[in-house]
Amino acid sequence: MIVLNKETIKIETEQDAVFLRKRVTEYAAKIRMGLVNQTKLLTAASELVRNMLRYAGKGHVLCEVISLSILQTGIRLTFIDKGPGIKNIDDAMKDGFSTGKSLGVGLPGAKRLVNEFTITSQVGKGTSVSILKWKNG
Amino acid sequence: MDRIPILKMGDFLLVTVQVDLYDRLAVGLESDLVNMINKHNARGVLIDISAVSIVDSFMGRILGNIAQMSKILDAHTVVVGMQPAVAITLIELGLPMTGVHTALNVEKGMELLKEKISASNGVISEEDDSPE
Repeated sequence: MIVLNKETIKIETEQDAVFLRKRVTEYAAKIRMGLVNQTKLLTAASELVRNMLRYAGKGHVLCEVISLSILQTGIRLTFIDKGPGIKNIDDAMKDGFSTGKSLGVGLPGAKRLVNEFTITSQVGKGTSVSILKWKNG
Repeated sequence: MDRIPILKMGDFLLVTVQVDLYDRLAVGLESDLVNMINKHNARGVLIDISAVSIVDSFMGRILGNIAQMSKILDAHTVVVGMQPAVAITLIELGLPMTGVHTALNVEKGMELLKEKISASNGVISEEDDSPE
């Protein structure tokens, strides 16, 4: 797996989330990702940025364009924050579970929208969520 | 702060979302719309989201809220023009958007609204024009 492009975007306000959306759209257009996959990736990103802003207040997103072969390229987004962390990841990944007052579809929904989803979290230290969407996936 | 304009046309309120939604904008639209329904005695709300490229769980919930709130205020809401990719994503995300009326485009949305309003007026044969 080769990383073709790398960029870190700071997330502190909702406007940063809009900026992130624009950048990801640009990368997706560059690798000619289809509209449906693009929409899925952006929607998943939007859910994760909201979580970051709501629970940690701020953080950053690592945007990478990666290539597996000439045919298979994709975008990987890693959301890193130094927030309170998640006590029970299994619970957080369940549909309808929320410690806030949301619908609880954010994390499990985001997972359904992408090809690869990894989450690690340490209580008191922070959370890192990585999502990957292939161009044809 | 940015705002989404709301147009009044007869008994209807029209909203065309021409920018990409973010949370604060959506929340602002929710409260503006509810206030406008009350102020103008609107019977129908038409929200055109054809220019919106993503709707995530929060924005989906706001659309649902608007539909429910306007229902309590005796107005019907129709969301029109959702992009196919957005519809696919919403269902996979797990947000079935129950309770929100939808139509393919503005024209069909208006027809649906008129139908709904005449159906709810159906009990009374003549329109009540008495002063408040």
